[in-house]
Amino acid sequence: MNNSPYTLKPASVQSVMLRVLCALIPGIAVYVWFFGAGILLQIALASATALAAEALILALRGKPLRQFLTDGSALVTAWLIALTFPSIAPWWMTVLGTLLAIVIAKQLYGGLGQNPFNPAMVAFALMIVAYPSLMSQWPAAGSTDFAAQWQAIFGVRQLDAIIMATPLDALRTVLRDPEQRAAIAGLLGSNATFGNIGGRGWEWVAAGYLAGGLWLIQQRIITWHMPVAFLATLFAIGGVFSLADATKFAPPLFHILTGGAMLGAFFILTDPVSGATTPRGKLIFAAGAAALTWIIRSFGAYPDGIAFAVLLMNIAAPLIDRYTQPAVFGHSNSDGDQR
Amino acid sequence: MNAISSLFRFKGGVKPDSHKDESAQTPIQRAPLPSQLIVPLRQSARAVARCVVEPGQTVLKGEVIAVPEGPLCTAVHAPSSGMVRAIEPQPIPHPSGLPAPSIVIEPDGNDRWIDLKRFDYQAATAQQTRDYLRDCGIVGLGGAGFPSHIKLGPGETGIRTLILNGAECEPWITCDDRLMRERADGVLAGANIMRHITGATRVLVGIEDNKPEAIAAMRAAAERLGNATISVIAVPTRYPAGGEKQLIRVLTGIEIPYGKLGTHFGVQCFNVGSAHAVFRAVEHGEPLVSRVMTLSGNMAKSGNFDVLIGTPVRELLPLAEPRSDTDRYLTGGPMMGVALQTLDTPVIKGTNCILAGSPTLFPPPPPEMPCIRCGACALACPAELQPFELYWFARAKIFGKTQEYSLFDCIECGCCAYVCPARIPLVDYFRFAKGEIWAREREKAAADVARQRYELRLAREEREKAEKAAKLAAKTAAGREKAAAALAEVEKPATTPEEDAKKALVAAALERARAQKEEAKPENTSDLTPEQQAEIAVIENRRAEIREMAKPHVRQDD
Repeated sequence: MNNSPYTLKPASVQSVMLRVLCALIPGIAVYVWFFGAGILLQIALASATALAAEALILALRGKPLRQFLTDGSALVTAWLIALTFPSIAPWWMTVLGTLLAIVIAKQLYGGLGQNPFNPAMVAFALMIVAYPSLMSQWPAAGSTDFAAQWQAIFGVRQLDAIIMATPLDALRTVLRDPEQRAAIAGLLGSNATFGNIGGRGWEWVAAGYLAGGLWLIQQRIITWHMPVAFLATLFAIGGVFSLADATKFAPPLFHILTGGAMLGAFFILTDPVSGATTPRGKLIFAAGAAALTWIIRSFGAYPDGIAFAVLLMNIAAPLIDRYTQPAVFGHSNSDGDQR
Repeated sequence: MNAISSLFRFKGGVKPDSHKDESAQTPIQRAPLPSQLIVPLRQSARAVARCVVEPGQTVLKGEVIAVPEGPLCTAVHAPSSGMVRAIEPQPIPHPSGLPAPSIVIEPDGNDRWIDLKRFDYQAATAQQTRDYLRDCGIVGLGGAGFPSHIKLGPGETGIRTLILNGAECEPWITCDDRLMRERADGVLAGANIMRHITGATRVLVGIEDNKPEAIAAMRAAAERLGNATISVIAVPTRYPAGGEKQLIRVLTGIEIPYGKLGTHFGVQCFNVGSAHAVFRAVEHGEPLVSRVMTLSGNMAKSGNFDVLIGTPVRELLPLAEPRSDTDRYLTGGPMMGVALQTLDTPVIKGTNCILAGSPTLFPPPPPEMPCIRCGACALACPAELQPFELYWFARAKIFGKTQEYSLFDCIECGCCAYVCPARIPLVDYFRFAKGEIWAREREKAAADVARQRYELRLAREEREKAEKAAKLAAKTAAGREKAAAALAEVEKPATTPEEDAKKALVAAALERARAQKEEAKPENTSDLTPEQQAEIAVIENRRAEIREMAKPHVRQDD
């Protein structure tokens, strides 16, 4: 017989995870609309791999399969992997990335609740280091031909027709070449990579993630701290530098609407297991991730820096929590601390 | 009515289903006299009253049957007239379910009071009134049962604000609600007396806004009293708004940290039932022998009852007709209540509710999952703790860290476990950690005492050794002189009368030592009856046989 409290609010890890999955649906829908249904194949691949790997390791560890397999956490990792990998990546990359995430980054550290690093970001970081070119082949906006995508994922790759540099990739290429630097403004204005306001492309997927993320805040699954601190810091740093030298640095709106910024702000940073948990800690954690993201995007070797930024901040999370513990009831007023 | 400009908020809290309607709709009924009354002498961990009656003695209702011992103790009274049957250990409502010394009274059915005299508190000093309340057995009726006369003391700074707690935030419980609806004048009269004792300048009555009838009744009573210093304030319904510290925060903005008392901040908080008890004691001379309590939960006729202290729960239950699938009874509400180990447990002064539970009403929690650090517990914690961090350290038994993260600020309200999606029984972990820390502190204190004793002994032995050495040195010096004297008188007879006397003294001393040794035999084998000696012989024989039987086995094992 248990002790008090005897009455419990209906809540479960499963319901938390399922709501996170629901919140991803608007972004996925926009993704399919602009870039074709290939992403759905990737989600299915990653989900199946994640569940199989999770089941295998749980069985090896002698954990109750039903209880842990249905908690939904493996699916969240799988979906995030699918969404951060190129949607036309060959099938084995998604499978390998998911295995790395579930087996190494999650289960070998002790499973649910024990992983110090965000599993999806571990997968992304390892894969982009191992296969930089494959991880940079993204579908072109408007190329929604499902047969071609199927072929890209499962068959012999003939990609020229459907791939295109993402805005961040294009930006990188330009930045690398000093003679082209003056062209940044032209690049960002071009319809092909970075859509006009109201145009088509990644900024609409980002808007989908934003909608889902706001719903997560309304559901009290996440708090406002991380998304606000991340986006605000990224916008502020981007703004300051693009004001200082618009030929070298991309404008702030570009930074927060492109790449994994919006997905990262609402769905990746906010992984509670590997992130900071105190209110002030969340602000520091997210602001730090934003600064690192901007630095990697502007000066690093890889197009998007969110994965590395998140992993670096994951290392710092326990320390951040340690030094940002909020005041306990009664201990913040000066009267209370009189001794 | 004094308008209070604004209320304050406490962080955290939860909103469980209130279930108040089940028991709040019917008036308070008087519970019938039980067949026996069990009145525990133990009032808290630090207060046990001294029994002043003997088995077979007849007592009147309200007669003192135990007197307070120590500052945190109050008098205990016979809840009804009758005969003292026994003074023996009986189960008390405590998580351990362990029995504690209690006075068992068999009521004679007349329920005859002692002579009741009004206490003229206006003519008495505050100290006299506090002593009177102690002798009337007045303690907090909200659950903790802390003696009211202590809380009414001036403390360090005196009390400026008196708070009456009518929040009653636990689900199901409605005894304070009914009390305020039906006996509002008495409650406020009691508050007025307490205000007089403390010299407080204002009285704030905090009632959760899910009790509009109680609020209306109390406001009407305040108007009748015509006292402008009393304000009845509706506070937002959010568990644990009735927690003492939370209510003080909501009404005054003052946050009282762990280890500090309200008096430190010039504020003191009393349950409305305690105020009513003060009123009955002062104006009617009645010591605290009964209380209003709720019977609810899985019961067909939930309601509130005026119950004599000491009534066994078993005899109360038929009043509310528990349903057949009831599998447990709790004292208190579902958030902080304690499961009763036995229905023979009596109602004590702090018992505000007996809640019947069933598998459908309080289903067993689903299997525990690992903590995902989602922080839901931290958002719900009214003490503004980080329960998931505390859980982590408590689970790893890193108790020093739990204290660093303010474990003892935890009020065990249950909000964290209520919201936890991983269904971790967080409060159990915190109770465990607190218990371990207390046990270690006791052990450490005991070890300190032992070490001190050991050091004292070493010092004493050292001193004795030194003294012996000094004596010996003195003796040998004296002996040498004597030997020199003896050499001089070598031709004298071998034994002198002096030496004979010395020998006799030595013999007498040896005899005394032998006698003492004989007296100092081990106690438990001395003064044995022949039967016992025979029994011991039998046992010894059996042991010898067993040893014999065991021998070959031992050898085989070798």
